[in-house]
Amino acid sequence: MARATKKKASKKSDKKRSELTEEKVEEKVEVMYDDEDLNEDDENITSEEEEEEDERKHHKLLEAISSLGAKRKKTLGERSEAAVQMSEFTVTAEGERDRVDLSDLIGSMEKTPGVTSRTKKQLKNLQKDNKTIESPLSRQETDRIQRDVAFQKAATEVTKWKGVIKQNQRAEQLIFPLNREPSGPKPIERVVTSWKAHTPLEEEIFSLLHANKQPIHDPILTPAEEASMKAMSLEEAKIRRAELQKARALQSYYEAKARRARKIKSKAYHKVHNKAKRKEFLKQFDEMVKTDPAGALEELNKIEMARMQERMSLKHQNSGKWAKSKVIMGKYDLVARKAMQQQLEVNKDLTQKIVTSLNAEEEEEEEEGGDAEVLPDFVNDAEQAVDPSNPWMRGKLSEDPTEKDMIVDLTAEEAPRAAEEEEEEEEEVKEPEEEVLLREFDERRKQRQAQEAEAQITVEEEDDDEEEEEEDKAADEEEAELSAFTSLFREKAEAAADVTDTSAQLEEGLTRIRTLEDVELLSVPQEEAAADEAPLPPPPAENPPPEPQKREAAKPKKRKRAIELKEVLTKEPKVIQVPLAPTVEDAEDADEQLDQRGLIKEAFAGDDVVADFLKDKRKQEDAGKPKVVDLTLPGWGEWGGTGLKPSRSKRRRFRTKAVPPPPRKDQRLPSVIISENKNSAVRLHQVNSLPFPFQNHSQFESTIRSPLGRTWNTERTVKKNIKPKVVTQMGAIIEPMAREELLKDKRPAAGRGGRGGQGGRGGRGVDSQRRHIRDKRAEK
Amino acid sequence: MKVKVLSRNPDDYVRETKYDIQRVPRNYDPTLHPFEVCREYTQALNSTKLDRVFAKPFLASLDGHRDGVNCMAKHTSSLSTLLSGSCDGEVKVWNLTKHECVRTLQAHEGFVRGMVVRHCGTSFFTVGDDKTIKQWKMEAPGYGEEEEPLNTILGKTVFTGLDHHQKDAVFATCGQQVDIWDEQRSSPIRSFTWGVDSFSAVRFNPVETELLASCASDRSIVLYDMRESAPLKKVIMTMRSNTLCWNPMEAYHFTCSNEDYNLYTYDMRYLDRPMTVHMDHVSAVLDVDYSPTGKEFVSASFDKTVRIFPKENGHSREVYHTKRMQHVICVKWSADNKYILSGSDEMNIRLWKANASEKLGVLAPREKQASNYSQKLKEKFQHHPQIRRIARHRHLPKNIFHESKELRIMKEARRRKERNVRKHSKPGAVPVVSEKEKHVVTVVK
Repeated sequence: MARATKKKASKKSDKKRSELTEEKVEEKVEVMYDDEDLNEDDENITSEEEEEEDERKHHKLLEAISSLGAKRKKTLGERSEAAVQMSEFTVTAEGERDRVDLSDLIGSMEKTPGVTSRTKKQLKNLQKDNKTIESPLSRQETDRIQRDVAFQKAATEVTKWKGVIKQNQRAEQLIFPLNREPSGPKPIERVVTSWKAHTPLEEEIFSLLHANKQPIHDPILTPAEEASMKAMSLEEAKIRRAELQKARALQSYYEAKARRARKIKSKAYHKVHNKAKRKEFLKQFDEMVKTDPAGALEELNKIEMARMQERMSLKHQNSGKWAKSKVIMGKYDLVARKAMQQQLEVNKDLTQKIVTSLNAEEEEEEEEGGDAEVLPDFVNDAEQAVDPSNPWMRGKLSEDPTEKDMIVDLTAEEAPRAAEEEEEEEEEVKEPEEEVLLREFDERRKQRQAQEAEAQITVEEEDDDEEEEEEDKAADEEEAELSAFTSLFREKAEAAADVTDTSAQLEEGLTRIRTLEDVELLSVPQEEAAADEAPLPPPPAENPPPEPQKREAAKPKKRKRAIELKEVLTKEPKVIQVPLAPTVEDAEDADEQLDQRGLIKEAFAGDDVVADFLKDKRKQEDAGKPKVVDLTLPGWGEWGGTGLKPSRSKRRRFRTKAVPPPPRKDQRLPSVIISENKNSAVRLHQVNSLPFPFQNHSQFESTIRSPLGRTWNTERTVKKNIKPKVVTQMGAIIEPMAREELLKDKRPAAGRGGRGGQGGRGGRGVDSQRRHIRDKRAEK
Repeated sequence: MKVKVLSRNPDDYVRETKYDIQRVPRNYDPTLHPFEVCREYTQALNSTKLDRVFAKPFLASLDGHRDGVNCMAKHTSSLSTLLSGSCDGEVKVWNLTKHECVRTLQAHEGFVRGMVVRHCGTSFFTVGDDKTIKQWKMEAPGYGEEEEPLNTILGKTVFTGLDHHQKDAVFATCGQQVDIWDEQRSSPIRSFTWGVDSFSAVRFNPVETELLASCASDRSIVLYDMRESAPLKKVIMTMRSNTLCWNPMEAYHFTCSNEDYNLYTYDMRYLDRPMTVHMDHVSAVLDVDYSPTGKEFVSASFDKTVRIFPKENGHSREVYHTKRMQHVICVKWSADNKYILSGSDEMNIRLWKANASEKLGVLAPREKQASNYSQKLKEKFQHHPQIRRIARHRHLPKNIFHESKELRIMKEARRRKERNVRKHSKPGAVPVVSEKEKHVVTVVK
């Protein structure tokens, strides 16, 4: 009983003490109470074993107690002395060990239903863990850690400024205050914050401005103007304008030409014209079948319609009044007969069924009959394919066939229609030339900008449309059956362009190709030979002749230029060939010689030194001697002209002899050369050690050498050169750097106005100089 | 017969109006303009000489105080206003353009220790030896009104320094500890102590506005963050720092003026060695202020001179002194980067040009261009001995001259001795300590 209370007390007070002390105290304390009153509860808790043993004593004690304080009230257990062990829950552990272990408690934990499995697990882990928890750090140490953490935080915060600071340090120019407002008119809402239209007049004006989309707040630009500003830069606009101008000029040229063509009354011309058109169309049509079947079908229908109409009418049947009269005339008049023939031909053409791609062979035959275009193409290709490795050949391949075409055209054309048709041809050639130009524009533009390209295409289309209109007018006058073709004029025009695109450079191109080929063909094997075998260079004069001769045979005889070029051609290989072979030899020879010389020098080292030295010294002395200056000017005071010499007296008068120099310092020192170039007066002004930011002498010298002033530089360069590093505005307060600068720095990584970064500290001088030189060049 | 004659188109040489610039035909052929280096060198030499001829930095002296000027404050929004506090507790407001005092008030009993203008410019704070912080209106009181502070805070100890936050209504004082005050409260919102009982100066960082630094009597400089409860770090130097100033353009750089005649520029993140040691003064440096561009700073010294240092140079580019100027106690660089103001012991405030030979007032464009050009020439040829000699030459009062000479000799002697010691001891036993490391004792975390 007594022990129980004692332990209870000790448990309570022990809470904060260490285990070691606890044990000691437990051993010591045996009887440490003064109150005799005991609780029934305490009694119950004690173990049964004990109860049995102490039953007698207990009774005795009780009796004694009851006899002692019968009058006293029974009070709850009070403790007046500090006990070592005390348990809150009056749990005691008896026996050999007097401590309550965690395991004792956990036993009861498992039985209680409210405890989660997780906590159980945790407790188990705790039980296993033997480590003691470290005691908390001293206050000084925690403070120190806190300070350190806070400092790290602050340091990272300030480090954000690093970029801005570095940039400002490197900047060529800094303008303070940093956050100055741009000059010029300011939007009204920025100047006056709360301003509104009050009077009716003001309101009226504002409503008008609103209606017209005029700027109300920002007096600088209208939205349209702003949009245009955004749309393109000045240079682009200029280029665009130039192109448009050219296009317009071309257009007017076309118009004039169309007008001229319309006025042509020659029926023959129109006939030929129409025929050519038709032919073109047919060619075009074949392509169209492949690319645009629906459109082709439509066209086919149209042609079919025209055919039907032709078949219905008697228009070209030579049955009209005119035809009858011609029949009469035809017996004697060749022209009339021909005219009738042509009428019939037209009829035949129109009534003929159109051949589509299904039976292409026939068409091919027809075309071959019409003009022989396909055959020469093949021939050319075969010819060109002689040397596939030759890039020149490959490059020209696309151009060649058309040239051939033209040759064939020119040669194969029948005599009668030659004169007229040539005219026509010329026109056809010219017209597409402009289109080619336009297309070139287009391509260039595409390269520059996709947007622009689109715009230009529209322009081009406009041009085409206009042409179309003109042609339409012309066609109206013509016969009705041709109306089917007119709507397709654009495609025809394109096709014509395709033909003429290549035929434009006709005459020059052909000859040039031949010559270049020749050059290639001739020079390549020769060069190879030269490279391979230096001692046996093949004689160049013998090689070239055979091929050109062949070509001469192939060429039309009327071209003179080709012959001239051929002459050049025969010379060229010589020029190329001659230097190659000997240079190799020379180089080898020179090396050998040098080696030999070196060997000799090594062998006989120190042989010629004295003489060399004396020679050197004499040379120096001579260089130091003043020279006679001749200031005679022919033609002054006497007659001038070629072949005249000024008189001797005059020469004597104007020839000045300089004063002999002071004696050399090494005059009496035979084995020494003392340079006279050193000037002690100048040395005072010279830098004797390399200044700090420069890394080598050349850097420093180059910065000194480049002048800054306007005598040597253009105005703009000077302005750039003399830009001060720091510019302040008069009377403006310069605020410390604001946090906005940091944000500004983050947003645009490069290209803040007037703050271009520059290279490292070492190369700065050189950099600036390079820049300077570049500027100078640009301005020249 | 057609006779060819020289003819010119008048359009090439006749001006349209008389206000047009004369057209000057130019030929840039280098053969026509020989000797470019020599010519530019001569020009540079001449302009350097002229620079010295026109170097008249002293502009005005503002007298009126009846005791030494102990502190000054720039107005935050008006360039022409300056405030100064003297050792007898008097505060004067000056109009710099008129060179006159516009207002005088007896602010404290004893010294006015610190003074600062609120960021809005409508009021200013003073602290004095009478343990009070007072807030005053910037405008003078109307006729018949008494000169009274807007607000007075009674402190427990003497305040020795004061600075205001860049944007917020918060200010900091120092004395026995560093206190952060809210303007609306009569007790500090935060107090920092770190084993020292006396601070001489406290300054807010103008860029990273929550940071502060202070100079303490235990030879240390302590950094604080207003948001933290404890100081950040401190560096202890060989001698005490008097004041410090943050660079207004570079968030982590500050310069402190030290008792050992030097100034030290630190990077706040690496306190273990200063970035630059600025030496030239021959006595304790009492005050330092950065130019608003953050490229240079000015220092006031007990040796009766004011010096201007480029922030990355170890030596000053300019020294200002007059016969009558005594120990300079405080110095400020005006907010437009043009002027320097120095307050000294003999009760005067002096106004100097920041650029001694600069022409004041509006310059014509050609004048400006010419000055820019000559400036660039001087820069280009600055390493040439003749030019350098002239550009660097300054007249010094005799005592300062001799003092500096003596210091140089002493320094040389110390170096020689160290060298000898090193020579006669085991290799590595006497390490080479750089000048920068010499002055830092330790960094306390």
